[in-house]
Amino acid sequence: MLYRETGQFKTSYKADMAVFPIRQDRIGLGLILLVAFVGMPLFASEFMLSAVMIPLLVFALAALGLNLLTGYTGQLSLGTAGFMGVGAYACYKLTTFFPEVNLIVWILASGFFSAAVGVLFGLPSLRIKGFYLAVATLAAQFFLQWCFIRIPWLYNNNVSGAIEAPVRTLFGMPVTGPHASAELRYLVVLSTVALLTWIASNLVHGRVGRSWMAVRDMDIAAELMGIRLLPTKLLAFAVSSFYCGVAGALMVFLWYGSAEPEVFSISQSFLILFMVIIGGLGSLIGSFFGAALIYGLPIVLKSLFPVLGLSVGAATIEHITFMVVGAMIIGFLIAEPHGLASIWRTIKQKLRVWPFPY
Amino acid sequence: MGYMSKVLLSAASGAAMLLGGHLAPVQAQDGKDANFVPLFTYRTGPFSGSGIPIANGMRDYLEMLNQRDGGIGGAKIVIEECETGYDTKKGLECYEAVKGRNPVMVNPWSTGITLPLIPRAAVDKIPVLSMAYGLSASADGQTFPWIFNPPNTYWDGLSVIIKHIANELGGLDKLKGKKIGYIYLDAGFGKEPIPMFEQFAKDLGFELKLYPVAATDMQNQSSQWLGVRRDRPDYMVMYGWGALNPTAIKEAARINYPMNRFISIWWPSEDDARSAGPGAKGFRELNWHGVGTDFPVLKEIQKHVIDKGLSKVAKGKEGEVLYNRGVYNSMLIAEGIRNAQKLTGKKAVTGEDVRRGLEAINLTPERLKELGMEGFTDPLKLSCADHNGHGAAFVQEWDGEKYVKIGGPIKPMEDKVGPVAAAAAKDYVEKNAGWPKRTEACDSK
Repeated sequence: MLYRETGQFKTSYKADMAVFPIRQDRIGLGLILLVAFVGMPLFASEFMLSAVMIPLLVFALAALGLNLLTGYTGQLSLGTAGFMGVGAYACYKLTTFFPEVNLIVWILASGFFSAAVGVLFGLPSLRIKGFYLAVATLAAQFFLQWCFIRIPWLYNNNVSGAIEAPVRTLFGMPVTGPHASAELRYLVVLSTVALLTWIASNLVHGRVGRSWMAVRDMDIAAELMGIRLLPTKLLAFAVSSFYCGVAGALMVFLWYGSAEPEVFSISQSFLILFMVIIGGLGSLIGSFFGAALIYGLPIVLKSLFPVLGLSVGAATIEHITFMVVGAMIIGFLIAEPHGLASIWRTIKQKLRVWPFPY
Repeated sequence: MGYMSKVLLSAASGAAMLLGGHLAPVQAQDGKDANFVPLFTYRTGPFSGSGIPIANGMRDYLEMLNQRDGGIGGAKIVIEECETGYDTKKGLECYEAVKGRNPVMVNPWSTGITLPLIPRAAVDKIPVLSMAYGLSASADGQTFPWIFNPPNTYWDGLSVIIKHIANELGGLDKLKGKKIGYIYLDAGFGKEPIPMFEQFAKDLGFELKLYPVAATDMQNQSSQWLGVRRDRPDYMVMYGWGALNPTAIKEAARINYPMNRFISIWWPSEDDARSAGPGAKGFRELNWHGVGTDFPVLKEIQKHVIDKGLSKVAKGKEGEVLYNRGVYNSMLIAEGIRNAQKLTGKKAVTGEDVRRGLEAINLTPERLKELGMEGFTDPLKLSCADHNGHGAAFVQEWDGEKYVKIGGPIKPMEDKVGPVAAAAAKDYVEKNAGWPKRTEACDSK
């Protein structure tokens, strides 16, 4: 059928090692980007953009960050929400100190603060592994959330104890605050996520990513091959926290508009961990799948009932959503423990050889 | 058509709805005028214990108006609940879902959801009614024309509690040398009163002890109450929500803290006190409306809604504190709409009209009687400058089965609260550079 690579010859090593070796994949990616960058802002409703797409991209970015650490390097972390919070609070402090600097600069810069904190809490990872590391990162989560509540300097002594995104402009148009259009906010989030995904893709396909995966698969063997564990693990913590920090800044500035410390609670960390597990550990596209499933499914279910003509109470829908999502998580874990990304790979493989499976 | 294709079709149309926007303005089924009142509720999650009675009360009052009067001023009320689970992200999703459908106002019922909506209200032209919660500073109508938080702020509540303690002791000067403990939810809501509390402590010469409870530890307060046992405060004040309240009452009963010296802001419900057993007897909290069903308005709700099986309230739960608070909230909604209809002469009103309507709220004793709320609550008058009313509150005591009103209404200490509120509003404007000046005209002079 359409998805077949017959006749696509690879004549160079470069072509052989390409991230997307099949032409149809490249076309498909181009189409997705076209729809995301052009189609969505032109045709999607405001609800779709600000209540579905922006959250989805933000969660995908955070899941991507966690995936680099947990999926690629094998270091289990429960501090994701805390690192997101560091990004958000850093961005808030930076933009209130230097309001004239472009917000995008600060959103990206806040990732470095998060990276620094991530490295600090990543230090124990050299000595402890697995569940014990998870507990250490849990400490990061609680400590950071405690900071967000307890240090008034972080939220500029606001009486409400929350941080509020001040109005900032981009190309003369407001990008935060109540007047910001959903389209602009969406495009900023999308561009940031696309850029960071591209960087992540290059990282994981290059030397750095290979050393991460070597550490994940067997750290002693990796060490024997000359990979220095401490810098490798710390780099994974730094990059992962950078991504989470940027996601946190995007979340508060371009989605919520203001945030209480409660937003960066442990449940958020778990949510993102579930996205990574459901999406597929060690897969970039899996992070997007996971975010889409965990965040998007409840919204789809919510709008499904009225369409089906069933009048169900709002709370009942919520309960049903919980049950369906829970059942799906268990179902996926049994049927496909490697997540949605693995299902995706299987489908592609089947399509490639269709109709003659071997 | 097979079942599968039906599901696929509906999934596709659901997706199309998401994409294209199902954002047509709401109309009643028969094409007549209607007003759309979305209710952000939480019947699920860790705060549902408080959320369910409020949701029932809000819904039942509006439903009663629909059943008895056919809505408000001849226009039906379209009631739609959106489940937030007290979660800011879901609350914002709810807001995005309703905002294009001409809602007359939103009631976030969560400080976390209220805060992001405050700057948006003026842009989207949707008033926010955060009844006695949210940002206390938003009582200032000149700065926050779209935000309403009647009838008291948390600061007013604190001053009422201090006054109540002083009354018991025999005067404000008797507070000198006393020790007052403050147990609170360690979030914006609980922390807001602290600067004011400290000011009171300085002015009146009492010692303030703080016992913060993190939101994650609401059900584990043993360390805080160990502290209470050690410090032996003369009075305890509580600002809690959700699971914090019943746990605190239980712990207080366990350490035999004298319950009649344990005073809470207006959120604990009957269930919160009941679960602590007989030891909770004497527990006190503030309130500004009646409990029980001995009011004409509650009788009407029973007659038109509950007896017809149109309510979700569990049997005998109507008339409880938080249920009646929901009723009070919906009464404000209805008055806002009714005033808006009077001001504009339209039946179906918009958010802009209702903002004016809310500013025109004037609950005189006569009006309360018409509403069937005689003796239910005190008169309330809002204006363009005052979006709160700063009304009086009274203290009620748990007698083991129900809350009983003790003592008369206590007015907040306006002279102490006013400057703090004004300063907070100013601070908010300064921190949000470019905060718009009020341009909305004022109806009531």
